Order: sequence, then structure tokens, then C-alpha cells
Amino acid sequence: MNVLVCVKQVPDMESKFTVSSDGLWYDQSDLTYKINEYDEYAVEEAVRLKEKVGDVTITVLSIGPDRVKEAIRKALALGADKGAHIKDDEAHLKDPFQISTIIANYAKDKNFDIIFTGMQSEDRGSGQVGALVAEMLGMNCVTTIVGFEYADGKVNVKRELEGGIRAKVTASLPVVLTCQLGLNTVRYPTLPNIMKAKRKELKEFELSEFLNTDSKVVTLKAFVPEKKKGGIVLEGASDEIADKLIGILKEKAVI
Amino acid sequence: MKLLLVGEYKNGNVDESFYELVAFAEKLGAEAVAFFVAPTDIKPEFNGKVYVADVEKAKEYNPKVHRDLVLKIAETENPDYVVLSHSSYGWDLAPRIAFKWDAGQISEIVEVDNDGFVVPFCNAKLRRLLKPNTGKAVLTLQSGAFAPAKAGSATVETADVDTADDGLEFTGFEVVEKGGVDLTKAEIIVSAGRGVGKKENIEVVEKLAKALGGELGASRPVVDAGWLPAERQVGTTGQTVAPKLYVACGISGAIQHLAGMKKSNFIVAINKDKDAPISEVADVFVVADLLDFVPVLTEKLSS
Ligand SMILES: Cc1cc2nc3c(=O)[nH]c(=O)nc-3n(C[C@H](O)[C@H](O)[C@H](O)COP(=O)(O)OP(=O)(O)OC[C@H]3O[C@@H](n4cnc5c(N)ncnc54)[C@H](O)[C@@H]3O)c2cc1C
Ligand SMILES: Nc1ncnc2c1ncn2[C@@H]1O[C@H](COP(=O)(O)O)[C@@H](O)[C@H]1O
Repeated sequence: MNVLVCVKQVPDMESKFTVSSDGLWYDQSDLTYKINEYDEYAVEEAVRLKEKVGDVTITVLSIGPDRVKEAIRKALALGADKGAHIKDDEAHLKDPFQISTIIANYAKDKNFDIIFTGMQSEDRGSGQVGALVAEMLGMNCVTTIVGFEYADGKVNVKRELEGGIRAKVTASLPVVLTCQLGLNTVRYPTLPNIMKAKRKELKEFELSEFLNTDSKVVTLKAFVPEKKKGGIVLEGASDEIADKLIGILKEKAVI
Repeated sequence: MKLLLVGEYKNGNVDESFYELVAFAEKLGAEAVAFFVAPTDIKPEFNGKVYVADVEKAKEYNPKVHRDLVLKIAETENPDYVVLSHSSYGWDLAPRIAFKWDAGQISEIVEVDNDGFVVPFCNAKLRRLLKPNTGKAVLTLQSGAFAPAKAGSATVETADVDTADDGLEFTGFEVVEKGGVDLTKAEIIVSAGRGVGKKENIEVVEKLAKALGGELGASRPVVDAGWLPAERQVGTTGQTVAPKLYVACGISGAIQHLAGMKKSNFIVAINKDKDAPISEVADVFVVADLLDFVPVLTEKLSS
């Protein structure tokens, strides 16, 4: 089986974010980067499939500047077989339609049976890329999966709805699946696997090979939202602020 | 300007989120028609035309058919925007429509601005102002961002389309089992987030819950990791609660968590990141390492 996993590299969401000098995105310097959480579940699920079925080749694809190679290497250390890096220093300015076009053009002649993506990226969070890629390639698509099983040339997945309800769906291949939190618990890469990952194939591609479309959505500006609620902020020594907090709770009669 | 609103029919009712789409149309001063896959006798409280495709035939989850129905109506009505909720139904369907309709999509709109639409990014720490450059566009709205507008009664027209087999087969629902706790009845809830770091530290938060005489709640990653059972999860895919006091320990305040607790009467957040979006709803924001602070607080409350 031939499997593709799309991995985006994103900053740690606990970072301090400021608007970039062009006013259109966040300032990308001085941030710690990692694999988009939802994409880690995608990688893990692909690796579990390989462990179960055996004959599976997993390609990891990432679009972005040079640093995204770290994300690809991490996925290789988790058990993916080969990496593809489509070089684009301006990936953050592409809209989901363009990112999807690049992925679809990369994938179109490679006969992937399953494409795993995250349900959304933690930074942009559009939640569009997986379903768009499926439409572009004419593949089936199930979004927001929290359960996955492969049997007899089909996949049985659980698609998460609101309020603790899941829809059970069977889909025939080829299929795009967008992965949601809770799908699995991601393993830690072992040292030998990190070493092995360094020797796995990681091919570089030029963006121009795959991008043939303009954006359909433009960013006018990025900005820091105004704080809506002027709550009380307590900072300082634990002992003192605990007293203050208890005082406030008593005063407001909530305890 | 004209909008095609794609409403949801859930658990035997027109879902309330539909009226948020109506409010959005009003905000834009736009004319609106609506579409549902539902029983053909539904009566949305909406002044306008509603196309209904019979849910018996189109089925509840059958995105290719739902997509083609929307496209067919879009052809007749020629709207500028197709609008959905940013829900499991909406984010699944929207890109499928956008691609076939040759339009751009803007996801999770929270505000309308003269020039475009405002969406959050980076866990709502920042916002972007976006504009479609395709004339028409598919839009999804963050749930709760627009106060529902409900009035009038719709004229219903049936819709139908012939779409071949989806390659997808819906085989039933599964409901996450609920145990003995009912968070919706608790007056005080103290919730643990990923910031607790590891399973062993849940105890720290649990002790605070006990000292306050409250129930223990959790954010989703804590449940996904198996640190606490699913019945304790607060948020869109868990419970919606509104206690007298909600204490969030090590929870960043993602929109899906906020949706489940922001109506609480008094909210205390304990977080070491001063910019964490939970500050948007917190009445008191304690900037501290919870592993240092919570035991001190618990100790004082117990004595
Ligand atoms: C479709 C969908 C549905 C979802 N449904 C839900 C839902 O129902 N409920 C839900 O909760 N989430 C839900 N989520 C997930 C949600 O988007 C967030 O990922 C999640 O809420 C984050 O949980 P968290 O705040 O505990 O963790 P994080 O976002 O990782 O935040 C941890 C916080 O802890 C702080 N912290 C770290 N260490 C410490 C310390 N020592 N002391 C103090 N603070 C510390 C950090 O500063 C950070 O703010 C859903 C997501 C999707 C896509
Ligand atoms: N630059 C990228 N490189 C590779 N995959 C991506 C990229 N951007 C988005 N994706 C994939 O698309 C998913 C959804 O992203 P989004 O539509 O931006 O929320 C992510 O979880 C990734 O799997």
C-alpha cells in the first residue's frame, strides 16, 4: 500500500506571537517549531497501519522553508519511510487552495491509496487542506477521524461530531483522512530510530514544479485582538496571591 | 448581496446554529435563502425561502450528495456567498463545495469588518482580516460568534439531485459512555489541562477541587491521554457547563474548550503564559506555575 502523510511545521502555541513586519502573518523568528499536533497523529496512524499490514510505504510531505526538514526527519524517526520537501519560503502567504494544489500536483501520478492529513493546522487552523486535496484528486474523504481500521481494501473510521458522538463510516480506497486529537497516542522516537532517520531518503523539490494557481483568498492584515474582558491579573509570590484570590472569591461570594 | 445559508438538522430539530447564519446575513445586510437536508416538513423561524432535501433520501452523512445539492441551488439562486457553521458538518462540507464552485473559502469567521472577514489564528492569540478575491466564496462561522436571529416563518421548497454512490457508507452512531459524574449539575468545577504535565500531577488539581467542594473537570488532551475519563471533558466535544465557579488549571483556552465553559458565573484561570487566550474569559487570571501555586491555595483553603 502507498501512503502519504502531509505534515506542517508550526510554532509552539505557548509562544509569544507578534505581527510580522509585512503585517500579514506572525513574526517567524525566535520561535520554537514542531510538527503540527494533528499531523503527528496522522504520522502515528500511518506507522501503525504499516506495522499491522506490512507492505506499506509511507511518504511524508511538507511544504515550507528549510527548517521544515526537521519536521520531516521527526516523522521519519517515528517510522515513515521517505520524505519530500517542497521548498517555499513564502508558504505562510499561500492560501489553503494553493497549498492543496501543491499537494495534489505532487500526489497525482503517485497512486496513493491513503493520504493522511491533520484536521487543521494549529497556526492557521483553516481545516480545508485535506478535503480540498481529496476533491482535486477525486478521492473519497472523511474528516476529523478519531478511530481507524483497515480491512479488506476498505477503511472503517470514526468521524467525530459534537458532544461526544461519533459517526461510523466505511470508505473505499483511495481515501483522504483528516486526523483529529484522540486518534492515537504518539510514540517517542528512539535514539536508534533517530539515527536511522538520518539515512532515509529526503528529496527536495522546487515549488514551481507544483504550483500553477493564484490564491483565492487574500490577507489584508494580521493583528493582535483587543482584550475583551479586563479580568484581574494576579502575579507574584504564591503565598500572597493565594490570599488575594481567596479574598476575591469570598468577596464575590463564589465560595 | 445574496447568501445561501446551509443549516443543520440535528436530533430532530433545526439546529440553533442556523440562526447564527441568519444573524450573519443580517449583519451584512444581505438577502438570504437557506438549505437543509432534513424532513421536508421542517419549519425554521426564518423569513425567506428554504430549500429542503429529504434526509431519508440524501441521508444525514453523505457529503458528495449534500455538496451537489448545494451546488444545484447555488446555480439557481446565484449567491455571492455560501455560508455554513464551522462545525463537524460545516468544515467537512465547505471545502468540497468551494472546490467544485471554483470559489475561495474563509474558515471560522468571528467578525465582519468593512473590507472583509476576521478569523482567529495561533490559538486565537492573533487575528487576520481576509477577503475572497474570487467574487464568490464559501464562509464558515465560528460557533457562538454571532448572536442568533430568529423570526418569521419560511417558505419551503423541496430540493433533489441525482448523485452517484459516494464510496462512503455511514454505518451508525456511537456515543461516548458517560459514567457517574454529571458535570452540568456541579456548582464548582476545577479543571485540569495539559499544563499539569503528567498523569501523577492530576492529584494536585483534584485536591483543589476537593478543598473547594467541587467536581474535577478536564480539557480534552487530558482525556485523550487517558489521565481522566471522557465524562469529565469540558468543551464542544464534551460537556457544556455553567457553574458558579470554574477554575481552569493549565488550560490555554482554545475556542473548543471556551465554548464549553465561558458561560460560567465566575472564572479563575491559573496559567504560566500571560497571553494564553483563556484570559479572554477569566475574571481572575493567576500568572503562576500551577504546580507551585495550586498546592499553596489548596492548603490555605483547607485550613
Ligand atoms: C473539533 C475539535 C473539537 C475539540 N473539542 C474540545 C473539547 O471539547 N474540549 C477541549 O478542552 N478541547 C477540545 N479540542 C481541543 C482544543 O482545540 C485544544 O487543543 C485543547 O483544549 C487544549 O487543551 P489544553 O488547554 O489543556 O492544552 P494546551 O493548549 O496545550 O495548553 C496548556 C496550557 O497550560 C499552560 N501551562 C503549561 N505548564 C504549566 C504550568 N506548570 N503551570 C501553569 N500553566 C501551565 C500553558 O501555558 C498552556 O496555556 C477540540 C479540538 C478540535 C479541533
Ligand atoms: N505547508 C504544509 N505542508 C504540508 N502539509 C500541510 C501544509 N499546510 C497544511 N498541511 C496539511 O493540511 C492540514 C490542514 O491544514 P489547514 O487547512 O491549514 O488547517 C494540516 O494538518 C496538514 O496535514
